[in-house]
Amino acid sequence: MTDRGHASAVAHVTGEALFVHDQAQRDGNALYGWPVQAAHAHARVLHIDEGPALALPGVRAVLTAADVPGTNWIGPARHDEALFPDEVQYHGQPVCWVLADDEATARAGAAAVRIDCEVLPALRSLDAAIAAGSFHTAPQAIAAGDVAAALAAAPHRFAGELRLPAQEHFYLETQAAYVRPDGEGGYHVLAATQHPAETQATVAHVLGLPAHRVTVEVVRIGGGFGGKESQASGVAAVAAVGCARTGRPVAIRLDRQRDATITGKRHPFLAKWRAGAGPDGRLVAFDVELCGDGGSSLDLSKAILARALFHVDGAYAVPALRVVGRVARTNLPSNTAFRGFGAPQAAAVAEEVQDHVARALGLPPETVRERNLYRPGDRTHYGQPVRDAERIGRIWRELLASSRFAERRAAIAAWNGAHAHHKRGIAITPVKFGIGFTTTFLNQAGAHVLVYRDGSVLGRHGGTEMGQGLHTKILAVAARTLGVPESGVRIVSTRTDQVPNTSATAASSGSDLNGAAVAAAARELRQRLLPHAAALLGCAPEAVEFAAGSALGAGRAVPFAAVVEAAFLARTSLAATGFHATPGLHFDAAAGRGEPFGYFVFGAAVSEVEVDGCTGQHRLLAVDVLHDVGDSLAPAIDRGQIEGGFVQGVGWLTCEEVRFGPAGELLTRNASTYKLPGIGECPAGFRVATLERATEPGAVFGSKAVGEPPFLLALSVREALRDAVAAFRGPGPVALDCPATPEAVYWAIHGRPDAEPPAD
Amino acid sequence: MTNRQRTTILVNGTRYEREVEPRLSLADFLRHELHLGGTHVGCEHGICGVCTVLIDGRSARSCLTLAVQADGAEITTVEGLRDAETGQLHPIQQAFIDAHGLQCGFCTPGFLMTTLELLRDNPQPSDDEIREALGGNLCRCTGYQSIVESVRLAASRLRG
Ligand code: FES
Ligand code: FES
Repeated sequence: MTDRGHASAVAHVTGEALFVHDQAQRDGNALYGWPVQAAHAHARVLHIDEGPALALPGVRAVLTAADVPGTNWIGPARHDEALFPDEVQYHGQPVCWVLADDEATARAGAAAVRIDCEVLPALRSLDAAIAAGSFHTAPQAIAAGDVAAALAAAPHRFAGELRLPAQEHFYLETQAAYVRPDGEGGYHVLAATQHPAETQATVAHVLGLPAHRVTVEVVRIGGGFGGKESQASGVAAVAAVGCARTGRPVAIRLDRQRDATITGKRHPFLAKWRAGAGPDGRLVAFDVELCGDGGSSLDLSKAILARALFHVDGAYAVPALRVVGRVARTNLPSNTAFRGFGAPQAAAVAEEVQDHVARALGLPPETVRERNLYRPGDRTHYGQPVRDAERIGRIWRELLASSRFAERRAAIAAWNGAHAHHKRGIAITPVKFGIGFTTTFLNQAGAHVLVYRDGSVLGRHGGTEMGQGLHTKILAVAARTLGVPESGVRIVSTRTDQVPNTSATAASSGSDLNGAAVAAAARELRQRLLPHAAALLGCAPEAVEFAAGSALGAGRAVPFAAVVEAAFLARTSLAATGFHATPGLHFDAAAGRGEPFGYFVFGAAVSEVEVDGCTGQHRLLAVDVLHDVGDSLAPAIDRGQIEGGFVQGVGWLTCEEVRFGPAGELLTRNASTYKLPGIGECPAGFRVATLERATEPGAVFGSKAVGEPPFLLALSVREALRDAVAAFRGPGPVALDCPATPEAVYWAIHGRPDAEPPAD
Repeated sequence: MTNRQRTTILVNGTRYEREVEPRLSLADFLRHELHLGGTHVGCEHGICGVCTVLIDGRSARSCLTLAVQADGAEITTVEGLRDAETGQLHPIQQAFIDAHGLQCGFCTPGFLMTTLELLRDNPQPSDDEIREALGGNLCRCTGYQSIVESVRLAASRLRG
């Protein structure tokens, strides 16, 4: 519907777009903060010697728990994270912070602080936590049908285990906050946070102030991907403590190494599964146990696990399905939201099972997948009808045809026959992703829209702009609802003193929720303007239409601004608030039953790869995507979300590898040791199409959410790699570690040596 | 501890003379001393390319360059791309807008500066050459397709 570029595009290409730290660096009076990090995964802090740091010229303070005016405990769901800990819970955790006139001095000061610790036993891996019985949560379960009986009766039974890896967010802008006293006993927090309301609440608690004394403002975020949903608040809270203590503005920007070692990642999961299938590969039973590594605190892990439980079916109907999940507690950085929020890990298990069953039965994986796809009338394991399920089949068939799948499958077989050391593989995988916060009350949003006398429009809502083009879409919604050109509308920064109590910009729901709220406000304004337009046009209010900057009726047109002026002179309020609450959502966690999602997004991808058998090196040759975005609000922006999400998924599944050392210290601390997908990892042939005739009734202008679902399309790459490995190995299931790095692919082809070879 | 050195740098046509710490990076010099915030830092150690500027016409990582090393050099940053007199955007900037070559925009200045050098040296690059030239710049948002398209579009517009 809108074809314009990103609303901030000009500012970005000219370098005028200011990120948090850019603003802070213009403040000549700001102090800079640097953390003193723990060198142990678990330890009691006995003594902090601030003296050597304070002796450095330019160091102004060392912040400790004693400086916290309110509470020292933070956390989005459970207040179980100490801002200034007396017991260290992971290697690299900030123990205290140094404030200085510039960053280099703060850093030198942090290096000078001495911390005495008593080292305590630590749980440095998911396995260690499971063995020790260390968990954040009680088991959560969802079940449909009698799984034990269905498994026992199944003609074929299979079992396996899969480990899903962590992933570093690597938003290019690291965590940053800049806090200033507002001169009236309050604080202004400029932060790169996806959840301004929570950052506001956190800062207020930590300072011991009511929320109305803390204003959080978000202008833009240099990439979030979930990593700034809950974990941006801690940095802001520390800066606020520094500001309260010194009375000076305080800026904190974590450098990359600090960011990587302090903040959490995508949750690693351990999955153990059993499945039963008929001879045609149709699943009759699926029994899964999921254990996520929550890290040192609960953070959002419970909701992430819930989304994993909801998505372990992939896009497949299984009559008897049981999933039990739990979040383990380790002495590692607290894992957090990351695009997909547990669903990619769960869907990876679903695809693993499909492929395993197919290869074990000697059937083509795409045939087995197709047989198991949801069909109209099916319900998920939690009882929600899969509305529009026919779209899965439609996407599947259209994509098989448009990607010439059968033809390429045959060509690959011939190519593989002619090449001994290189093999190619191809796979198609589906996506079904539930849209909405699974915690029902979060599905609300507020906005306001103001019209000025010259007819220009200003909108503000609760969502944050982090590159996903939210403001661009919202601008289009406001313009279309009021019938003014997009150039006549401006969407401005997100502020908690303007739109209160907002939900995080997360769960792919930013434009669904905030777009609906802005549309409601704009509709209200249109209603108020109608009588004035009718009077000017000399027609009935029902006959008036607003379009392209004019009010139309009775065959005449008057400019929008003239209508506004008439309304103003008649003393009409030209400011309106809008509110949206997604109707019809509910979920009973105890029963594991309900309809947590407003709708599902569907999609599918075909990927083709080539593998070098001597090294395990692989290349992504071509990708075809067909994805459901409803009636797109902004096709170019949606395409960018699909491509970007896909490549991020490819990174998680094939090259990004988070590693910790024996002391629980992060080894992969920067882009030199952590391999991110570059342009070379992207396929030269990348064809993305969106589903036609895909209106989503009830959503803003028929559009669907697009942030997270495309991430799951990348599972096709993992399955294509497995297909190539199978070409080396021959028939039967293929075990492939995740991420499928060249090393992992090499071992999948050649078999991991069970033991060290005997020394001779 | 301080041993400041007099350093003179021409940035986007303006001469700046400053006493700088020998360990100050060029990126911090641009951002902090000159308040040219368009040059970002993403990894601080030469991998991500977000901090790319031109030093005497060659692309370089300003996070790995010391300000004192740039003494006497001529630097071009993203702020120097648009026409100084008319304010008109450079065709490369316009192409990144028109072909949607950005999302969060944090990586964009680095890609623009890398592209500036590429298209100056090779006005008609093949797709492979574009991919090769941009291989040292990371973007976490776009998946790169639209960035390659932006460079293609810029190249064709610059050729006229
Ligand atoms: S900041 Fe210079 S290359 Fe990453
Ligand atoms: S647009 Fe966000 S990193 Fe490239």
